[in-house]
Amino acid sequence: MRTSRPLDVYRLVWRLPLLVWQGAFFVVPLAFLAAMTFWLVQNYRMEPAFVLTNWQKTLGRSVFWDAYWLTLGRALLAGVLASVVAFPASYTLAFRMGDSARRFALMCLVVPFFTSFLVRAYAWQVILAEGGPVNAALGTIGLGPFTMLNSGFGAMVGYLTLVLPLVVIFQTWSLAAIDRSLIEAAGNLGASPGRVLVSVILPAARTGLVLGALFAFIMTFGDFVSPFYLGGSKPPTLTILIIDTTKSGQQWPRAAVVALMMIATLFAVAAAALRAAYGGRR
Amino acid sequence: MMTESRLHLTRRRLLQGAASVALATPMLNRAWAQEPTQINMLAWYGHAEPDIVGEFEAANNVKFVPKYYAGGDNMLALISQSPPGTYDLILSDAEFVQQLNAAGYIEQMDPSLYPFDDFFPEFQKFPGHWTGDQLWSVMVRYGLLGVSYNTDALTREEAMSYNAYWNPKVTGKVGHFDWHLPNLGQISLLNGNKSPSPFDIDAAAWGALQEKTLSLKPQVGGYFDYGGTFSSLKNGEMLAMVGIGDWITGVLAKDGAKVDSVIPEEGGIQWTESYSIGKGTSKTEIVNKFITYMLSPAGQVKSIQMAAYPGLSPTLSGWTAIQEANPAEAKRSGLIVGADNDPIKMYREGRIFYRDTPKQQTLEDWNDFWSEYKSA
Repeated sequence: MRTSRPLDVYRLVWRLPLLVWQGAFFVVPLAFLAAMTFWLVQNYRMEPAFVLTNWQKTLGRSVFWDAYWLTLGRALLAGVLASVVAFPASYTLAFRMGDSARRFALMCLVVPFFTSFLVRAYAWQVILAEGGPVNAALGTIGLGPFTMLNSGFGAMVGYLTLVLPLVVIFQTWSLAAIDRSLIEAAGNLGASPGRVLVSVILPAARTGLVLGALFAFIMTFGDFVSPFYLGGSKPPTLTILIIDTTKSGQQWPRAAVVALMMIATLFAVAAAALRAAYGGRR
Repeated sequence: MMTESRLHLTRRRLLQGAASVALATPMLNRAWAQEPTQINMLAWYGHAEPDIVGEFEAANNVKFVPKYYAGGDNMLALISQSPPGTYDLILSDAEFVQQLNAAGYIEQMDPSLYPFDDFFPEFQKFPGHWTGDQLWSVMVRYGLLGVSYNTDALTREEAMSYNAYWNPKVTGKVGHFDWHLPNLGQISLLNGNKSPSPFDIDAAAWGALQEKTLSLKPQVGGYFDYGGTFSSLKNGEMLAMVGIGDWITGVLAKDGAKVDSVIPEEGGIQWTESYSIGKGTSKTEIVNKFITYMLSPAGQVKSIQMAAYPGLSPTLSGWTAIQEANPAEAKRSGLIVGADNDPIKMYREGRIFYRDTPKQQTLEDWNDFWSEYKSA
């Protein structure tokens, strides 16, 4: 009794800022967002009420579900693609470079975040345009021109631009932390390089690999810039649907329904990913 | 001793101090007067930029602070979120003035302050701006929406019908300005909905309009905001654009882009921009002075040539002024009575229809369909 009581206060003091922060900037706004889904809009003004109309009108329309499955599918694909594309670079950084070179390379991966993502998207507009440098280069070998802008491809380029550096960083940290003696032992026991990768490296780096993919999913699921400025809103994702819903008719309550569905999806995917990352550990 | 001498106030020192204060007072007053009056304006992009308001600001010691929007319902959404008195001056699309008035967002205006005698007769009693003899908004400029196209891709003859959007030459290269009203209005005209208006259609015509619009889907390359519309036409990603007109292509053409706009045989849609005075403003006098300035020949010349996007003048003196100030622009815009592209002549021939809100459906109906079309 005498020892546990001061310990609880000590823990509470250190936990309090986090609790206050989460309460003020996550729980309260989320509760407000949830309440707003039951409000009404009359003459472009929101009025507190308790009606289910917004849920019925949003979830009852094929537009929402089309956008939902499209957004989910694109985010999953971006997570997988980013993980696969990033892995060779991460492997090289973790196993083939010295500490100082790796640190320099990781710092370079942070540099893109110094520039607004919107600016980078505008740069891609120039690069991917039919008269842009990519098509010009392909034209020299008799290919194209290809339509890359205002398409799913364009949106995916944007997604990868957004998340790839982050995924490489996650993967590199995870791979670099693997105990090298495990790899050497596998090799000494006659495992082929492929077997070492599948049976030793990937399981050992599982946490970082899954978290990298998860962050890629989260960021692309909520991205507006890529599908709008590089995908041409064709077809709209959930973020574009939110914009459309709010800018025309001031339907914030319906936009809140879309936002809550997005948050619920992210919670479910994050829980599954964390289970995959840390599950089975003793 | 020293302190005493410092504080010792002689009659001479008192007079010197008083004289100093008297001399400095005008300077203080001038410093205070130099603080410009702030006019908060809600408007489409470009209306509070230096090319439009710069001279007025300098001459009247005011400073415009704009909040820009794109689309009438976007404007209504912004104003509904703001307390009364937030905006002193509201530049609204004409079709939304009635809703601004119904919601109590604007002040009644004094018709005697504005040069309505100088307006073309068609615009003197513009629909929605008046309730009987009560004035709520004053038209300042307008423009025409038709077929906007890349001149390398389509000929002028091909562009003279909205069917140009279905032309195989532009498959996958038809863009939409992402606002349902002008897009659906144009396709409504193509469906022959002219009387009384492409926006006043019954259920059967509304169904046919939706069906016709959906048939355009395979041609569509994207949906664009204001900036995206400019860039996609300029870089050739889009070869035709639905829902716009010279207000976009006029700017691009000046910049050397191979684009143009025509009013097709099915008719064109007129966008109209009007000034209203925000409810609760304390700056009515200076706002009225600005509106009068913008309706003057000098103001109209600025408005016609606005850097962000060009517009047409509703006043005869505005036409005369632009013919003198910039004959080439007057010719390009058709601001010459009797010219082939004279907008008033086209209006009198029954080829121009005011953009409006849907009359037999709700805005929500049109917007919901627009969302469904985009995801189809």
